[in-house]
Amino acid sequence: MNKYLLYPGCSMESSAKAYMESMNAIMEPLDLRFEEIEDWNCCGATEYLGINLIPAYSLIARNLALASDQIGRMNGMGRTRTVVAPCSACYLNLAKADYYMQERPSLGVKVNEALAAGGLQYKPGTLDVRHLIDILVYDVGLEKIRGSVTRPLHGLKVAPYMGCMLPRPDYQHRWSDHEHPTELDDLLRALGAEVIDYPLTTSCCGGHMTQIGPETAFELIRRLVADADDRGADLMATVCPMCQMNIDAYQNEMNHHFGTDYHMPILFFTQLMGLAFGREPGELGIGMELVNARNALARIGVEVPITQEPSGPRKKDEGLPMPRRWTRHEVRKEAVK
Amino acid sequence: MPQMTDERVRARLTREEDLSLLHEVSMKTAGVSHLEMCIQCGTCGGSCPSAMDMEHTPRMLFAMLRAGMRDEVLRSNTQWICVSCYHCVVRCPQEVHIADVMYTLKGMAIKAKLYQDSTAPDFSQTFVDMVETYGRSFEFGLASRHYLKHFPLRLPGMAPMGLGMIAKGRMGIKPKKIRRMDQLKAILERASQLELTS
Repeated sequence: MNKYLLYPGCSMESSAKAYMESMNAIMEPLDLRFEEIEDWNCCGATEYLGINLIPAYSLIARNLALASDQIGRMNGMGRTRTVVAPCSACYLNLAKADYYMQERPSLGVKVNEALAAGGLQYKPGTLDVRHLIDILVYDVGLEKIRGSVTRPLHGLKVAPYMGCMLPRPDYQHRWSDHEHPTELDDLLRALGAEVIDYPLTTSCCGGHMTQIGPETAFELIRRLVADADDRGADLMATVCPMCQMNIDAYQNEMNHHFGTDYHMPILFFTQLMGLAFGREPGELGIGMELVNARNALARIGVEVPITQEPSGPRKKDEGLPMPRRWTRHEVRKEAVK
Repeated sequence: MPQMTDERVRARLTREEDLSLLHEVSMKTAGVSHLEMCIQCGTCGGSCPSAMDMEHTPRMLFAMLRAGMRDEVLRSNTQWICVSCYHCVVRCPQEVHIADVMYTLKGMAIKAKLYQDSTAPDFSQTFVDMVETYGRSFEFGLASRHYLKHFPLRLPGMAPMGLGMIAKGRMGIKPKKIRRMDQLKAILERASQLELTS
């Protein structure tokens, strides 16, 4: 069994709950165990860095210090030095802090001076910060993943969307390429999916611009969605809560802005893994996406129960959670029983 | 569209070189910025997905830094339009930490109160306030406060999305708080007294 420390990140508990649920669902078949860093704090996303440097890096480094402490308390057998971050922004912040504290020792000294005020310290280079998909592809391995597939995703056309903060700047040299990495493609193929060519795989989703400069963000979202659609994708697969949020939750606004009518669902790659491993949609947070993946998943024979759809025009029989009015067809079916 | 003419910058550069601004920005940037190594090749601007919304491409901005044009640089919208996608960083032949230089310029612009009408500094500050209160990001509080303050007219348009997120259980309306907030506060307090200078 492979054991790692986990830095979940704030999104995994809110907007990316589906990512958390589906990640937990694939742990067991792959013999993985994650132990959460106790009392971790927010990594600061892309906001903290623009205000003050030393507080920003100290905020990140508190997590690294807590993690190395926790490892010190582990017994020899299960000891690891790897911290897994499923969110690309968290991954980048943690990995970058660790790297810059080594590249620029004066930064390391100052950050440690700040950490000392809270009784903590961190020696840069002690930990390996890695993203979830890195662990799955390179530690667990595609063979094992292929071996766990019970419901191959044959016929499902997927656009593999890696996003920008995962393969870049890549100071630790973990990825096959900075602009066209193939890790996600390979993994999706191991699940039996048909992976389409997707040249924009590491283009930006707009990041925080959906909040502060929506027009800039809408154009970036449009390019990604339009290209996936042009190339015939049924859905997009992502490795990052921020990408999922921007492309899913803002797709409606983007359509409105450009007068387009795209319907491009985007799921976390772990949700597709869960499906391929034979788990049910409800266990994988499927249905939590705002651009629903129901029709796309029907192609592989997966039936997603209908939940309410507050973002679109309300349809009569799937509105508020009240006793549902039966369709004539259902009434007839019940009468036959 | 970004300004393409370098004439004003070139005029400044022909004077005796004063590289103090360039060095200041470089020193304030995390890691080793390599900013002084920029050869003005323009790969950064050509790689940038949001360059068309920028007043100056990164290359232009770096030339302006070299020319000591402090106010013009800090007033530029460029650093606020940067989406931190690191395309330029991996393509830069001189390995300039461009995205991190943009973070440095944001910080300097906020301190000098020279940013334009962007709501970005305020968004960052709200985010920082949330983290300094709870130790965690709080999306609902952040988004609603930011929209109420800056885009009240857009709220009705955004409401279906927000309600959708809440209905799907994807947006908690109560923040989560870390256990040792006192420890985090002590660290951040000490950290803000320390500035990176050398």
